[in-house]
Amino acid sequence: MTSEQPAIQITDLTVAYRDKPVLWDIDLTVPGGVLMGIIGPNGAGKTTLIKTILGLVRPAAGQVLIYGKPYAEQRRLVAYVPQRSSVDWDFPASVLDVVMMGRYGALGWFRRPGKRERELALEALARVGMREFAHRQISQLSGGQQQRVFLARALVQDAQVYFMDEPFQGVDATTERAIVGLLQDLRAAGKTVVVVHHDLQTVTEYFDWVALLNVRLVASGPVAEAFTEAALRATYGGRIAFLEGRLPDAGAGERRTGVVVSS
Amino acid sequence: MRKEARERIAHTRKLAIEYMNPLTEIILIAVVTAIACALPGVFLVLRRMAMVSDAITHTVLLGIVLAFFVVRDITSPVLAIAAAAAGVATVALIELLHRTERIREDAAIGLVFPFLFSIAVILIARYAGNVHLDVDAVLLGELAFAPLDRYTLGDVDLGPRALWLMSGILLMSLLLLLLFYKELKLATFDAALAAALGFAPAALHYGLMSVVSLTAVGAFNAVGSVLVVALMVAPPAAAYLLTDRLSHMLVLSAAFGALAAILGCLAAFALDASLAGAMAVVTGLIFGAAWVFAPERGLLAQALRYARQRQEFAQAMLLVHLLHHEATPQEAVECDPSHLNEHLRWDAAFTAQILRRAEQRGLLVRQKDLITLTESGRRLAAQTLGGEG
Amino acid sequence: MLTDLFADYTLRTVALGSALLGIVSGVIGAFAVLRRQSLLGDAMSHAALPGIVLAFIVTGSREPVALMIGAAFACWIGAMFVASIVRTTRLKSDSVLGLILATFFGVGLVLLTWVQQWPTAAQAGLDRYLFGQAATLLERDVIAMAAVGLPALLILALFWKECAILAFDPDFASSIGLPVRLLDALLTSLLVVAIIIGLQTVGVVLMSAMLVAPAAAARQWTDRLGVMVALSGIFGAAAGVVGALLSSTAERLPTGPMIVVCISILAFVSLLLAPRRGVVWAWLRNGRLVATR
Repeated sequence: MTSEQPAIQITDLTVAYRDKPVLWDIDLTVPGGVLMGIIGPNGAGKTTLIKTILGLVRPAAGQVLIYGKPYAEQRRLVAYVPQRSSVDWDFPASVLDVVMMGRYGALGWFRRPGKRERELALEALARVGMREFAHRQISQLSGGQQQRVFLARALVQDAQVYFMDEPFQGVDATTERAIVGLLQDLRAAGKTVVVVHHDLQTVTEYFDWVALLNVRLVASGPVAEAFTEAALRATYGGRIAFLEGRLPDAGAGERRTGVVVSS
Repeated sequence: MRKEARERIAHTRKLAIEYMNPLTEIILIAVVTAIACALPGVFLVLRRMAMVSDAITHTVLLGIVLAFFVVRDITSPVLAIAAAAAGVATVALIELLHRTERIREDAAIGLVFPFLFSIAVILIARYAGNVHLDVDAVLLGELAFAPLDRYTLGDVDLGPRALWLMSGILLMSLLLLLLFYKELKLATFDAALAAALGFAPAALHYGLMSVVSLTAVGAFNAVGSVLVVALMVAPPAAAYLLTDRLSHMLVLSAAFGALAAILGCLAAFALDASLAGAMAVVTGLIFGAAWVFAPERGLLAQALRYARQRQEFAQAMLLVHLLHHEATPQEAVECDPSHLNEHLRWDAAFTAQILRRAEQRGLLVRQKDLITLTESGRRLAAQTLGGEG
Repeated sequence: MLTDLFADYTLRTVALGSALLGIVSGVIGAFAVLRRQSLLGDAMSHAALPGIVLAFIVTGSREPVALMIGAAFACWIGAMFVASIVRTTRLKSDSVLGLILATFFGVGLVLLTWVQQWPTAAQAGLDRYLFGQAATLLERDVIAMAAVGLPALLILALFWKECAILAFDPDFASSIGLPVRLLDALLTSLLVVAIIIGLQTVGVVLMSAMLVAPAAAARQWTDRLGVMVALSGIFGAAAGVVGALLSSTAERLPTGPMIVVCISILAFVSLLLAPRRGVVWAWLRNGRLVATR
């Protein structure tokens, strides 16, 4: 794993559901150690992009490399946080059970999670501020708490690259801040974090790297360079209104954008 | 039941001389029953309630048994009313369980109907073994004997009772369908809007469930409870693969039901096998034919479309790829025909085929180690992207 | 009654067979219910009927093992039809389940009535598979049930954590490299095993209750997967034994329906009265039946 090798390299990736193309000829390189937001309107293929990277959806063409090798060989380097709504939260499991699932990939067949897995899981729960909920049944959690549990499950995977699908969907402001803090910690520790995100207001605040997606890749790169008015217009078409100020020019990355999407 | 049943069938055949023509009458009863089942079945399939019909057709038996203990007369109309009430009560119980949020709806269905059906079976086995109420008949139907049970007015033979019963139920269904067509349509496709417009979807829902229950009661005398499910679900399911319009779906379902009834009866006469079973098999075959051959949604149509689209899609993909890398530093690598298959992850033969087709269409020009888009190719690529963006 | 159980050889066999069926279907059914496949078992058990009759036609004997193999094949084919129709059409799974259930059963009935015209006496009693006939269980039948049921439980235990994660979060399971399709096929096969074990005792019509009711009951008493699955097996077994015993106390009390009534009552009592999740407690707290936890 040399540092000059990109964390994710996607070349000529096209994905179609039956006959309808969902992603068209995507070329995307994500360097290691960035916190990247995938931004785009509904139906832009954001979730599909992540699922294709993770091998959950078969591409029609193109390839994905994680640190230079196909995903199947690099599974241990990758952690995945699905959308919270994708599972049944009335499933009979405790918070600790769910977090320990993050160790199952490393455990392999036939081995049961033991003391070590327990400790790792409790540690991860402490990092997301859920240590005291370890034995709570998962249906008794709020939306934000459920999201934190999912995040803890990804943390115990001890990965290099993290993929998160809409982690801020339906969570409270406190949780959102806590999650952002954690993601920034991960980046500081040299991990790569890829987040499907839809709130344009917070892009410049949260991320240092961005990919604008609408079936094809409109722009990608450091937020300051890629998150431009022109690129947003190209991504969202006419559904965007600029309220105040201007988008950051190259080099003026700190300014807030003041963008809303009217859909 | 078996030996006795065979004797009764033989007896029926002997009566063929006496009555006008029992075989024709059987087919007629089967057709009316099939149509009466198919119409409410359309709404069950569209409202994702097909398995509720499975539950209802089983639990109506409990209503019949309980009513029989009260009135002690197997021909009393009270039995039919009690049976329909049991069907509606089943639906209510399933919904109540589901709404406690302790179990999901499918588990609630799977819990309620075997329970009620078991009670009915036990009651029959225990207390009603000698009367004309046997579980096999309820489960399997006895259409073959239907012509024996006739209405007479004085000396005039008015035809089989089952034919009158099912015709009455069918007429009632048709009448309700005509009266509430608009409301049913709206409540089926947009329950929230229907409620907002004051159409009381709950009332419609229970009305529909009452019709399903009554139909089940009438029909299972003839075809048995499991096969009522076949007549209610299979024809509408087949029709749903052929049309998007509710009215067409209703007509098609009725036609499929009638067809299954006729072919099923003829097959059963030929094989001397279960009438109801044969009808169910034919409904399955009709569905199978629709599944494979439906012009838009059938397996064959899907496969053909997929093959065609794979070609068109691959060509478009190639054009987009070329457009992206046109006049970029990587052009020499990305647009080199001998490396193209690596970049697009296609096998060599497929790549060559797609390149040839695209060249024939004048979308690109192949030079020695570079492919370039023609003007029309560039336009098509831009169109592809524009259309999606 | 209990002394009967130890003294009466037939009754002991029947009770043992019913207990075995209860454990296997309770444990395996728990996974089916958690994976939202409560009614798949209903469709698959009805689909077993043509398999039973075909096996009889092919082998010419009523040997339960041969019939079980035929039933297993038919169950599998039914499950595959359900999966492929759901995948390739716009029909929802409930319609497809109803369709497969009823048409397979129809095929079974046609074959059954056709076979019954044969002059030999061997086919008599095939229709007992409709409602089962626990009283006809012999020791070798129980041995056959154990021979397929216990390995099925062992396999589930071996792949426990993989099956658990598949039931909870299939996408995540796939992302960590688990062969999701294979595991899915494994769980479907275990469901087939549970069904064929139950055919002789409760029959194709009522088999689904043995898969759904123990799990629905067990879920109310615990929030732990392991405890739920174990409880589900215990409930199933208890209902099996009690139902078999009750049906032996009087004439004309069919065993299969008695077992189903027992397990259903257990499920309803659990739904109403289980500590914490019981509906009655919520009702007393909130003054209404339909309340959130």
